Amino acid sequence: MLDTPGRQIEMAEKYISRSSEIASRLLGGEVMIMSTADSTFFTLNEVASAIWQAADGCTPLSEIVADKICREFDVDREQAQRGAERFVDELSQHGILLVSDQPLWLAVESQ
Amino acid sequence: MSLLAEMNQKALKLGVPLSVHFDITYRCNERCVHCYLDHDDHGEMTTAEITDVLAQLADAGVFFLSLSGGEVLMRRDFFEIVERARQLLFNVKVKTNGVMIHEKEAARLRQLGVEQIQISVYSHRPEVHDAITKLPGSLKRTIRAIRFLKSQGLKVTIANVLMAGNFADQPGVIALARDLGVAYTLDPTITPKMDGDRSILALRIPGSELKQVFHNPELVGDVEEFCAPPPAPGEDIMEGFPCSAGHTGCYISPYGDVFPCVQFPLPSGNVRRQKFLDIWRHSSQLKEVRSIRAKDLTVCSGCAHVGTCTRCPGLAYMEGSMRGPSTADCEKSFQRTGIPSANMLRRTRADFAAPLIQIQSFASSTGNQPFSGEDSILPC
Repeated sequence: MLDTPGRQIEMAEKYISRSSEIASRLLGGEVMIMSTADSTFFTLNEVASAIWQAADGCTPLSEIVADKICREFDVDREQAQRGAERFVDELSQHGILLVSDQPLWLAVESQ
Repeated sequence: MSLLAEMNQKALKLGVPLSVHFDITYRCNERCVHCYLDHDDHGEMTTAEITDVLAQLADAGVFFLSLSGGEVLMRRDFFEIVERARQLLFNVKVKTNGVMIHEKEAARLRQLGVEQIQISVYSHRPEVHDAITKLPGSLKRTIRAIRFLKSQGLKVTIANVLMAGNFADQPGVIALARDLGVAYTLDPTITPKMDGDRSILALRIPGSELKQVFHNPELVGDVEEFCAPPPAPGEDIMEGFPCSAGHTGCYISPYGDVFPCVQFPLPSGNVRRQKFLDIWRHSSQLKEVRSIRAKDLTVCSGCAHVGTCTRCPGLAYMEGSMRGPSTADCEKSFQRTGIPSANMLRRTRADFAAPLIQIQSFASSTGNQPFSGEDSILPC
């Protein structure tokens, strides 16, 4: 992936998908989520909501950051990527976001 | 403020119906003595109608969906409805008596991601529970269902409706919940029947027993705080809404009728004739409910309890006015704090103003049980 023009960063791509073990709804531009497994309740700000809604399992996270975050919000790409990685790590730890290094339908097929 | 409370505030500001209580049937396999429903099927919505309503609710922003009845499992398409609701990403809570839940049904509820199951238990003793449900063997089947649900890792809550006939068994139900590893909630509210028949209100627990409930730390936590005299209401209280009915939540019947709340039988529209969002946004009844502030309440606005009372506008409506007092809640405030409500004081004064003796010929009286009146348990 490209960080700044002319500089290549080697990083494994991530693909993210929403778990089916959740309830969620968009309320005034922000997503609220409840884990049906342990009833933990989350609310996402507008940036995180944009990542959540784009988490289709086949769009690389870097592309989501470029297309949905940097283009829509006034934020530096490197900073946005770091924030997105932290967000993905946190939600995946709660089991409400699934993460893979390949598109998730491929991950399911290969199982 | 909790995240949920913040979302609720946001929904209120945006006019979003965050919660819907949806009775998908009034049919039931039990005949509970206190039930307010007519269990005959007068034309329930079809599976297609219900799934269409669910899609409309999702579009309207509904997040919390309670599926209830009647007994929800009396519908053969119950799991189809839950499956559709979960596809639409609702947080689904199911209210049931559990009698029809076996291992297979419990596994399906888990698989579908139902967040919570609430099961009615009236006593830990079969002779008391089954006498209330009028279904022999029901307690045994209900407890078996709870075990199946628990074994699937589902969150189960026992709901214990308290009446004069089962009040003494309430500690036994708490112990049962503890043994089963499930949550416990109690509810002393008995509401009139849907047809207006108020005779079942005689089942309400007397005030002295309500007082015991409110002064039990196992049930209310910090008794001193829970039973503290109400603080003087500020402007924020007087400008506030009585409850969430019609503001961030509403109720839909199996026939498609929309009401502000399950306990507030003010017909506000029907989803068979109108889109849900049209009803939610434009119903004159819902608009009227939303227009009421605490300062507009005819008696309660002058009551010491106005800021802390659990006053139910639906019960008040059933007593005659949605802006009036709810006697059952006056009783709760009184038993909690020892301070009579404005409504109680008004009624006491009215009693003294009335003739001290009234004579009516026996032939002209309508009832033959002079002490079975609904208000006989109330001191006001």
